[in-house]
Amino acid sequence: MAKYKTKGLDCWNRAKELRANYYKDYKEAHDRGALRWEGGAWSFDAVPQALEGEVRGLTEEPYGASVGADPEMQVRYQEAAEGKWGCARDLCAYLRNYWGSIVLNEFAFGGEWPKADFIFQNHICCSHAKWLQVADEIEGGDIPFFCFDAGAGAYDKIGERQINYVVEQLHDGIDFLEKVTKRKIVDEKLIQNVKNTYDSACYWAKTCELNQAVPAPLDEKTMFSLYVLGTLEKSNKDIAHFYKNLLYPEVKERVANKIAAVADEQCRVLGDSQPPWGFLRIFRYLEKYGIVSVASLYTFSLIGWWKIDKAGKLVPYPTLEEQGITIKDRDHALKLLAEGELKGKLMWAPFYGAKYKNDIVTRIAKQWKCDASIIHLNRGCEGTAQHQMEMKIAVQKLGLPVMTFEGNMADEREFDEGRTKRFIDLFVTETLGLKKVAA
Amino acid sequence: MISAGIDVGGKNVHIVITRNGTILAKVGGPTGINKAEAAEKLYAEALAQAKLKREDVSQVVATGSSGSRVSFADGVIPDAAADARGVIKLIPSARTIIDVGAEEGRAMKISPEGKVLDFAINERCAAGTGTFVDTMSRALEVPVEEMAKLSLKSTKSIPMNAQCAVFGESEVVSLIHQKTPKQDIARAVHDAIAGRIGSVARIVGLEKDVVMIGGVAKNPGFVESLKRDIGMEVKVPDNPDFVSALGAASAAAAGVLEEKVEAKVVEKEQIEEGKA
Repeated sequence: MAKYKTKGLDCWNRAKELRANYYKDYKEAHDRGALRWEGGAWSFDAVPQALEGEVRGLTEEPYGASVGADPEMQVRYQEAAEGKWGCARDLCAYLRNYWGSIVLNEFAFGGEWPKADFIFQNHICCSHAKWLQVADEIEGGDIPFFCFDAGAGAYDKIGERQINYVVEQLHDGIDFLEKVTKRKIVDEKLIQNVKNTYDSACYWAKTCELNQAVPAPLDEKTMFSLYVLGTLEKSNKDIAHFYKNLLYPEVKERVANKIAAVADEQCRVLGDSQPPWGFLRIFRYLEKYGIVSVASLYTFSLIGWWKIDKAGKLVPYPTLEEQGITIKDRDHALKLLAEGELKGKLMWAPFYGAKYKNDIVTRIAKQWKCDASIIHLNRGCEGTAQHQMEMKIAVQKLGLPVMTFEGNMADEREFDEGRTKRFIDLFVTETLGLKKVAA
Repeated sequence: MISAGIDVGGKNVHIVITRNGTILAKVGGPTGINKAEAAEKLYAEALAQAKLKREDVSQVVATGSSGSRVSFADGVIPDAAADARGVIKLIPSARTIIDVGAEEGRAMKISPEGKVLDFAINERCAAGTGTFVDTMSRALEVPVEEMAKLSLKSTKSIPMNAQCAVFGESEVVSLIHQKTPKQDIARAVHDAIAGRIGSVARIVGLEKDVVMIGGVAKNPGFVESLKRDIGMEVKVPDNPDFVSALGAASAAAAGVLEEKVEAKVVEKEQIEEGKA
């Protein structure tokens, strides 16, 4: 007899539909006279999406992850990037998938590679700006390219000067967009996009906050499929609606009714970094032991915005309504957008030092009542792999057992499933002393 | 109660049969290409040595990187768990275990009861494994046993930068061409691998007593290098390459029936998924 009730999410199919439509719309955009642009998951999509008419974006990382979920496809793309383009194997695995896809002129969602009309990107790690610069070169070098710097400092160092640093670049970006597309930025659209961005980012954080409940209403494997919408286009009204009006209320209801993600929850785990996408079944393997991965800085803050309150608790960043703010004009919209991204996206903080990461993850471990931690030492992303061993020590100091396993988020050649399961068996049965739960 | 532990590693199979904790037989040999066949053959030898029939053995527990290939085992336990059980039986004061086999080097922190508290393993690389030593002994044209003795004669420390077996071999060849005495090269090789394993051990934290097991523990040259690297005494039990098999036998004797049955289920699922 299972400890808790469980069931799938009612809004699950809507999430799948939104994702499928995103890639379909991008592919078919030119057929409808729409513009196509490439950028990253953190590219402040509210800005280019405010151009007149229909505009469709393609974000790099989720695309690389989608390829990564198909081991056969990813190896072909990786080898194309390495063999035909000559890129090094230790570069970002998403980036290699992306480049390989262009080299093969193959879109992972069917048909030929859909070339963009412009690139709107920001510097967030050592790979990101060069990523699309090279993508453009592979595609012929004629795609207008704009890149801005969001490296203004960690969340606790953000003031007017840092916000203005980004806002001024966004104004330049608007000049660029209007010049290369010959379309105007519509301020009403921009304002709505910023509101939508706040809803997506804040309601995702509120949803994650609900996972403090025992039993956890969501497991990380499911959350991976849910946060992805925000990495595609968090300024999109349908996506914002999904987070605010579908997912959040449903998860709240699950908590109220004690509906668990894992019916036999007996151990709550803190994760880290992107998972090996082609092998998400390792999370199901953990469930055989009643283990549910409930939290990670990555899953919470890749799109979610957070803040640390006066009591030292990690809490969702307030929505515009909660702050009582009405956006007045373009400049105000850009300022609010930059402020939310720079102050609320705690995921950026580890780029400024291990102490930030350790501070946040230990708060998460305590607040989300984690019993242990399983860290994916991700060879595919230098950014999220930073400080992972320091994080291990920090979490161990809380008294939590920690297991690490090496892998790669999107290059299956660097992940050994059998070996990882061996480690899991050892960690779970010996270190945690758990036995498998009844099927 | 008679129980058997079978450790199927990357290069060798080790089998121990015990009666109420006393070793009746221990047999080891190369895995060859077919690990399952090698385990079967060596198990027959072990039974003969113990003058037992198969049905006399109450439980058989396999371990090692290919433990799941042992079709006649009642179950499989993780190799580090077998290490811990074996070591704590032989050296109860052990708190840190370093196990270096042919294809893997790992370190574990264990409790006084032999529970694995933390572990770290060097992954996907020959550096820090017995295979690294084998490769270098070939480059030096000196058998491994001889290399161990040679390195103990060396008083000179030559840093080898290469952590990779391929580049390491090139470096050894360079040292040979520089007319570096073989004893110093042998020590350099052992120092390099000890440095690698020492780093792995520091991940879990070094706590007395440190015990080394696995095939490489039979190499006194390496053990000396490891002592120097970690700055601590390293205890090596007799027959260090059989400790994991002993641990598996100990697990069998302790009755891990539930785990055994479940391990079988997992293996079956993996085979059905075509992933085994």
